[in-house]
Amino acid sequence: MSIIEPRSKHLHIISSLVENKPGVLFRITNLFRARNFNIESITVGTTEQPDLSRMTITTKIDEYTLDQLIKQLRKLIDVVEVKQLDIDNTVYRELALIKMQATDSATKMEITNYASVFRANILDIGKKSITVEITGTPDKIDAFKNLIEHYGIVEMARTGVSALLRGN
Amino acid sequence: MTEMTGAKALITSLEKEGVDVIFGLPGGANLPIYDALVDADFRHILVRHEQSAAHMADGYARVKRKAGVCFATSGPGATNLITGIATAYADSSPMIAVTGQVPLGMIGKDAFQETDIIGVANPCTKYAFQPRTAVEIPEMVKKSFYIAESGRPGPVLIDIPKDVQQSTADINFPDLIKVRGYNPIIDPDLANVGKAVELLLAAQKPIIMAGGGVILSGAFSELQALAESVMAPVVTTFKGKGAFPENHPLAMGPIGMHGHPEANRIILEADLIIAVGARFSDRSVGRFDEFGKGMNIIHMDIDPAEIGKNKSVDLAIVGDVKSSLRTMVKMISKKVTKRGFENEWLKRRKELIDYYSETLKDYPREITAKKSLKKLRELLPPESIVTTEVGQCQMWASLHFDVISPGTFFSSTGLGTMGFGFPASIGAKAARPDVSVVDIAGDGSFNMTENSLAVSVIEKLPVIVFLLNNYMLGMVAQWQRTFYDRRYMGVEQHNCPDYVKIAEAYGANGIRVETMSELEKAINSALRSELPTVIDIPIDPDEDVFPFVAPGTGLKDMITGA
Repeated sequence: MSIIEPRSKHLHIISSLVENKPGVLFRITNLFRARNFNIESITVGTTEQPDLSRMTITTKIDEYTLDQLIKQLRKLIDVVEVKQLDIDNTVYRELALIKMQATDSATKMEITNYASVFRANILDIGKKSITVEITGTPDKIDAFKNLIEHYGIVEMARTGVSALLRGN
Repeated sequence: MTEMTGAKALITSLEKEGVDVIFGLPGGANLPIYDALVDADFRHILVRHEQSAAHMADGYARVKRKAGVCFATSGPGATNLITGIATAYADSSPMIAVTGQVPLGMIGKDAFQETDIIGVANPCTKYAFQPRTAVEIPEMVKKSFYIAESGRPGPVLIDIPKDVQQSTADINFPDLIKVRGYNPIIDPDLANVGKAVELLLAAQKPIIMAGGGVILSGAFSELQALAESVMAPVVTTFKGKGAFPENHPLAMGPIGMHGHPEANRIILEADLIIAVGARFSDRSVGRFDEFGKGMNIIHMDIDPAEIGKNKSVDLAIVGDVKSSLRTMVKMISKKVTKRGFENEWLKRRKELIDYYSETLKDYPREITAKKSLKKLRELLPPESIVTTEVGQCQMWASLHFDVISPGTFFSSTGLGTMGFGFPASIGAKAARPDVSVVDIAGDGSFNMTENSLAVSVIEKLPVIVFLLNNYMLGMVAQWQRTFYDRRYMGVEQHNCPDYVKIAEAYGANGIRVETMSELEKAINSALRSELPTVIDIPIDPDEDVFPFVAPGTGLKDMITGA
């Protein structure tokens, strides 16, 4: 049995390089709002070039909307490059921190075992909780979350997807 | 490098861009800019409301095909500009709006007359700058003009904090700028043009649908050459009205909600539509799903995001339509000898025009909107510039006023801004003082910016307000008549105000006409006058605009009369 479910059929990953200056994230999110584009996640961070940021957007939308989203993004003056990544040729990861209820040591042991199967790390153990760090594709994180949900999730923070095309 | 203030750097940058007129209104946060204006090499036109400053800059820009400039102070001054900026954005008109802002240290403190105008303007500008030091200003101004005027034009905002205007620095004026995220495509892909030519020549019933892009790029002779080389009838969108001379033997006039009936009909019968600088707006095409069904559609536009947005097409040519059309005509001329007027398709064109000119009844009154506009066309020199307000007056202008000289007709077609036409006509007059300028107005719209009469008088920019006056918000009234069982609400103006007295109060001419011969006299006297003239033309409030394609229906569902 595979513990990582196959990736969602319609997940699209868009990778863009944008000017690293104030107001750029606002312009992009405002565009999504104004044109009714639904996105799953958006991540922004620095790149190897100090004046450029990489923005990775994941979305589950139809081809027409995807085409429009890419074209409208390209139209923004602060957006330097927009690429749709071919998921089969892309490495992409998300990080999640999940704090779960774990009052007795048996529960803590069970969660720790699941975490090790998923190659997740235990970041913190308190009297009544345990916090796990997990990295992977969004589906892997979903699978882990579904597995441990019944213990009671106190808090969860997900970063959204970062992605790069594979090297040649 | 020269030492100067940020305000002086702004004015010098504008001079370097060749600006010759600015429309604006001062306030607390742009006082340093106004102080620098005292020594400027160009004209400042003081408006009575900032919205009109933006519309004047827009009118100027549409005529000159280069950016118009307007100034306003922070807060309410800046927000008053927004309707005008949004109007320019919707119609792809190049504009530079310069606003004052509270000092840097006060930003975010909810200071007096502080508005986050960058945030407010974002959805209706191509870009917005906020310099944080005086040295940034020249580069930002240069980039603003480049962005506003190139590619698909549009408004750019420069928001300058007051202390940045005041501060002194060593200023350098760059000769070259680069905006790396902005690379408009000008020349078309030749292979695609080749494919388009094949489709076009194979078509039996081709039609050209010309949009505002033709006017923006000044591709009038290229469009005419294409139409004549394949003998295709030319319809336009409303924004494209006047892209093609409407007295040309291939012209069919605008399609759409209040398009010419023959144009709305012939486009249903075509086997190929070539859309040139048009964006398939709901107003023009009715239903996206029905429009062009079973036909080949070729779409030429400079904005790649327009391709497939409202209508999926068979072939797209991205580029400046002037360049694309020129290439296309050259390719066609190598393949075919000139076609003649004698063919079935052009016979059909004539048949439709004749049919509708006989079928559509005139509204039975001595003075009607239609008769008045036909009279205006008869008396107005062809090179005159016409703007319109929004509503029934605008749609009557679309139907009954033929544009003969290309690129002389301007209206708020995208945003549909009431109050646009009059200040835009003043901006147009500032751009072309040598020709007559007429605003085809309704009373509802004219009310919104009529205080620009002061500007027209004082600045000696005499325009003619051709006021089709039914003392009604006529288009709303027509819809209430048609769709709400004559339950009128909020549309009557109760014979208020007296437009002749309004005109006279500002020192302009006001003439009320009762008969067609009085109208003729009034137009002739207005054309000769050194002062602006308001011609008050009382029309019947029950006169509808027909034909009419109701919203949500297709062009085939056009209603031709009550």
